[in-house]
Amino acid sequence: MAGIIEIDDLSKQYGSGTKALSNVSMSIEEGEIVALLGPNGAGKTTLISIICGLVVPTGGTVRVGGHDIRRDWRAARRLIGLVPQEIALEPFEKVINCVRFTRGLYGQPPDDAYIEQVLRSLALWDKRNAVTKELSGGMKRRVLIAKALSHRPKVLFLDEPTAGVDVALRREMWQVVEQLRRDGVTIILTTHYLEEAEEMADRIGVIDKGQLLLIKPKAELMGEFGRKHLTIELDVPLAAIPADLAGRGLTLTQGGRAVTYDYDTRAARTGIARLLGDLAAQGITVRDVSTKQSSLEEVFMSLIADRKAEDAA
Amino acid sequence: MNAAINWPGVWAIFHHEMMRFFRTIWQSLASPVVSTVLYFVVFGAAIGGRIQSVDGVAYGAFIVPGLMMLTVLQQSVANASFGIFFPKFSGTIYEYLVSPVGWIEVTAGFVGAAAAKAILIALVILGTSFFFVGVHILHPFWMLAFLFLTALGFSLLGFIIGLWAKSFEQLQIVPMMVITPLVFLGGAFYSASMLPPFWAAVAKLNPVLYLISGFRWSFFGLADVPVGVSLIAVALMVGICFAIIRRIFATGWRLRE
Repeated sequence: MAGIIEIDDLSKQYGSGTKALSNVSMSIEEGEIVALLGPNGAGKTTLISIICGLVVPTGGTVRVGGHDIRRDWRAARRLIGLVPQEIALEPFEKVINCVRFTRGLYGQPPDDAYIEQVLRSLALWDKRNAVTKELSGGMKRRVLIAKALSHRPKVLFLDEPTAGVDVALRREMWQVVEQLRRDGVTIILTTHYLEEAEEMADRIGVIDKGQLLLIKPKAELMGEFGRKHLTIELDVPLAAIPADLAGRGLTLTQGGRAVTYDYDTRAARTGIARLLGDLAAQGITVRDVSTKQSSLEEVFMSLIADRKAEDAA
Repeated sequence: MNAAINWPGVWAIFHHEMMRFFRTIWQSLASPVVSTVLYFVVFGAAIGGRIQSVDGVAYGAFIVPGLMMLTVLQQSVANASFGIFFPKFSGTIYEYLVSPVGWIEVTAGFVGAAAAKAILIALVILGTSFFFVGVHILHPFWMLAFLFLTALGFSLLGFIIGLWAKSFEQLQIVPMMVITPLVFLGGAFYSASMLPPFWAAVAKLNPVLYLISGFRWSFFGLADVPVGVSLIAVALMVGICFAIIRRIFATGWRLRE
């Protein structure tokens, strides 16, 4: 079955010759949350700007709900809501009127009951008659989300939804996204906060220099690229790694009270059982053992580093 | 499917623009009314004392169509150019570009509101003028038709200026350097027949002359140029502006990347 968004061989080259996007293809299923990760200038915003109609592609096609975004743009756009990266609101307009206005632009008849529901779900109902310039940054961002949801879109684009906001507000934004997921809205978000992608996304796409390096389910990505750190706490501190265990990639930590060992989760043999056996053979007694999955940040950095190495070769 | 007009979209833009006008209704109306009263005092009373009549029409009454046109032109250009420039300035222009509204809906909403505001103010000025001079309108239908077409034409021109402008300075420069001089030189306060033959011929190169002439004809039956030519001039202007706007939206010039 075709996804709600089908991107095929999409490219964008600016007049200056800069290639912002090169032959990007992907399919996004209805109801999933996809995070697009990449460094600044990677092409994330260009990609969603093309899908939403802000940027004209130089090649390829995009279909939203089966509608081509260029030939059948009205039908395609009715399915989309966009929360832009920059906070852009009419400064002297009331919150509720801003949301009503956007609903009108999308060709929908007035529906104050639905708008009340949206504003309540975003904790904005009490501020409905406030003019937007009086709101805090976090509230303004929520007004942008309310506007984007005013016409009941099937697909919501969040371009860097938590850029420049504090930790508490970021958590709050994640809760909003979680609520939208429960409502069945397909969400595509761009971020360079890896924690954000890790927290929210079902699938993660990594974009660098205009190319989609990969797009995979989060768990698969972590499993494939993730390394685990094994920490072995010792009963008696060691002054140094025993000579017989040298060359095994062990590091002494916590002032000699622990040994850490990095291993690849994909390897047929992780070497853990052998290591524990060898420690016992050396008369080293183990107090505790714990493992930690490498973060998405480390996965991401390794992907980008691999690519830089390929480019250099 | 793309051909169907998104009427709720047009209404949303129109209503939004009109609400801005009504939020500042007193400022919106007071400024043109005060200016008009001053024009009546300066031109009507001071100069009118020396010029008794123009082609049989009292000078005070003669300048009423010119004053209305002056206001319609200035207000149409200012309202439409600011209307579309402000979303560009505040960043909210993205909404118009990502929603299912095309150039027709955006133009109809902004230009319709700008023209409606200009017509409303012109009618208030007409009402104000009744306190100063006796004005009789010979062809009320044509008066309204010229008013509408002129407001439409110059709102379209203002819309183009707003699309083109990258700064508030640019937004001001065309109305200040082009529109206002054209109105003053277009016979707002005199008949082209009062000019020496050479300057009368030069004046006929000014498109605004045709609008003011046609409008004045609808009041008094007097015209510097044939009424048909005035109508063709304003219709031509409307057509050319529509074509330019359509092209701007098709290419995304100053709108899309």
